[in-house]
Amino acid sequence: MAPITPLHYLVVAAALFVLGVVGVLTRRNVVIILMSIELILNAVNLNLVAFSRMWGNLHGQAFAIFIVVDAAAEAAVGLGILIAFFRNKETINVDEIDLLKW
Amino acid sequence: MNALTSYLDPRVTGTPGSAGNELWAFIYVFVIFAGVAVVVLSMNWIERKALAHFQIRLGPMRVGPHGLLQPFADALKLMLKEDIIPAEADAVVFWIAPVIGLLAAFTVYIVIPFGPSQAVTDMNIGILFMLGVSSLGVLGIVTAGWASNSHYPLIGALRSSAQMVSYEVAMGLAVVSALLMTSLNTTGMGTLSMIGIVQAQQQQGIWFVFQFFPLGLIAMAIFAIAMVAETNRAPFDLPEAESELTAGFHTEYSGLRWSLFMLGEYAAMIAVSSIAVTLWLGGWMRPFPNWLSGQGWEFIFSLFPGLTFGGLALIAFIGAARMPAHAYYRIQRAGLAAFAAVLGLIALLLLAIAVAGRANDTSIAARFREGIDYVYWFMLKVAVFMYLFIWYRATWPRYRFDQLMKVGWKVLLPISLGVLILTAMTALRQELWELAIQIVKAIWEMIRNVL
Amino acid sequence: MNQAFVNSALNAGAAPIATTFFFYMLAAAAVLSGLLVITRRNAVHSALALIVTLLSVAGMYLMLYAPFVAGVQIIVYAGGIMVLFLFVIMLVSIETTVKDRQFNRMWPIGLVAACLLLAIFMGAYSKGKTLVPDRVAQLPEASNTQAIASALYGDVVKTIQFPNGRYVMGQYTFAFEIASLLLLVAILGAVIMTKKRI
Repeated sequence: MAPITPLHYLVVAAALFVLGVVGVLTRRNVVIILMSIELILNAVNLNLVAFSRMWGNLHGQAFAIFIVVDAAAEAAVGLGILIAFFRNKETINVDEIDLLKW
Repeated sequence: MNALTSYLDPRVTGTPGSAGNELWAFIYVFVIFAGVAVVVLSMNWIERKALAHFQIRLGPMRVGPHGLLQPFADALKLMLKEDIIPAEADAVVFWIAPVIGLLAAFTVYIVIPFGPSQAVTDMNIGILFMLGVSSLGVLGIVTAGWASNSHYPLIGALRSSAQMVSYEVAMGLAVVSALLMTSLNTTGMGTLSMIGIVQAQQQQGIWFVFQFFPLGLIAMAIFAIAMVAETNRAPFDLPEAESELTAGFHTEYSGLRWSLFMLGEYAAMIAVSSIAVTLWLGGWMRPFPNWLSGQGWEFIFSLFPGLTFGGLALIAFIGAARMPAHAYYRIQRAGLAAFAAVLGLIALLLLAIAVAGRANDTSIAARFREGIDYVYWFMLKVAVFMYLFIWYRATWPRYRFDQLMKVGWKVLLPISLGVLILTAMTALRQELWELAIQIVKAIWEMIRNVL
Repeated sequence: MNQAFVNSALNAGAAPIATTFFFYMLAAAAVLSGLLVITRRNAVHSALALIVTLLSVAGMYLMLYAPFVAGVQIIVYAGGIMVLFLFVIMLVSIETTVKDRQFNRMWPIGLVAACLLLAIFMGAYSKGKTLVPDRVAQLPEASNTQAIASALYGDVVKTIQFPNGRYVMGQYTFAFEIASLLLLVAILGAVIMTKKRI
């Protein structure tokens, strides 16, 4: 088999990214949409670390660490919003979260 | 065959993982697995006997001589029990939950340093890996509680995971203040690798528990309290005690599945005790390596493993001699005497290795002796912590859940933050002092120019 | 330019990047569990599949000689964020969500858009295949944490200097401080969001 190049990692990252995009676009459960966003962020991280390996410096890895920190903050706030909304409307379907609709 | 013998070459130092030798890494993993199984079985027996003697009763006495075969009887009973899955429970998640807990508890054994080259591998991020993987155990508990499809397990699981997550923060901060102490060398570069931490203590000639007294001691005390809460042991065992919430998250688990939880809990206890021993108590180093140094003292300290097993053999032998001379006790007496004989043989073997390997060169006996000594001192310190776990369970009443969370967030976290800041300030006291002098000089110049 | 770069990397005596078997195993685990995340009806099953994905990606980071990022991923993502997700799933899950329709009405359009995106990615990668070298020089793994610590906190940007010559500002120090401020804001936000009465 061919040796594993950074391109292999980029392909895996692209696959994860597309799966995350499909999850965000097609699911109705808000929690699963948030989990698909985490999939997207992981794909980006994998891309960054693969390129950091390719160029031989640490910028990709440092950026990946900051993205993980950012994803933690975003998940916390997003789930907080979800809980606050759930208290009012008792639903977690994105289709039914349409308070601005007339 | 080459892979098998190449690692035994005396010029090869380092763990099999670092040497890239997968065969020996596998062998180490199997040995660790077998060791953990033996330790869990004996912990079961010691816990029941010790708790009983604390409560002025005898504990198991029937199954073997002095109840020594009780763990085997328990294991047999749990394996033969009916496997009940609650109706409406999610079968897949119900099955996976104890497996997650077990995986999280056992994966940390890869980096535990029993000696300078007696570990499966030496990762650059050793302590980070241990903290991270042991925090995956929370997932096992949460899924177990949810998969049981019943109120009490769910509440117990949520409480248990909230407790574990809260005490992880204090644990992490205490660990960081110990890691700060590894950077007190000439280059100012610390290390996260477990073997590197013990080697830093060796270099500085002091166990980190005594470094910057009393900061190291307070850090270890915080870690010791937090690790009891992490493993859901008394006095923090509200989520899983039998008299509260009907045994919490493992209520619906019976038989072999429950024994997997038990195994995971004891394995986690050993793992966090190993972290405490490595970070603060000098890992595999024998006591007083600098004060009592030299060939003579080395020889005396290398006799300790043999003498320990000899002492255990003596106790077993005395127990066999003191049994009532009745026909009903004949088999038990013979069994205990045989156990004493086995322990005595192990003691004699260890003493022989200690004597033969005395010359401190690279002969096979000397390397065996060194390896045995490292593992012995490490396991002795871990055994002290395990006994402390049992002592806490026998002595202290349970914390109520709100008191538990209050202690975790309002007491341990501020104290560990304070210890961290003070440790950092003490480690950089030269630079801080010079910076302070420069600032005072600059202010003095400004005042002089104004006047 | 591409060929020169590739030739120089090859002549540097570099090592291949990862063992083939482990890469394919981890990649298959990541993609398969990613598929399970977006297709499961039960949110807890999705969360467990996401944990498997996160751990396989951590394994891939280890193969890319980035042990510190792998450690951060395991602690923060798999050990922290997923516990948060499981807590919230248990708080907000009601029986009707499992029996409801799980894909929304526009799912064919979403799928087509995602397939277009995948086609764009594959096109870009197949056209740029020559830019990525076969073999790259090995990053020192045994000092990865120390190197990242230097990048984050010292010895790179020589601005603020202690009297004995030690530096305390790195390339990413500012971003590090901003990240800690971000976490503080997130904690406050999450606490205020979920209070019953502000």
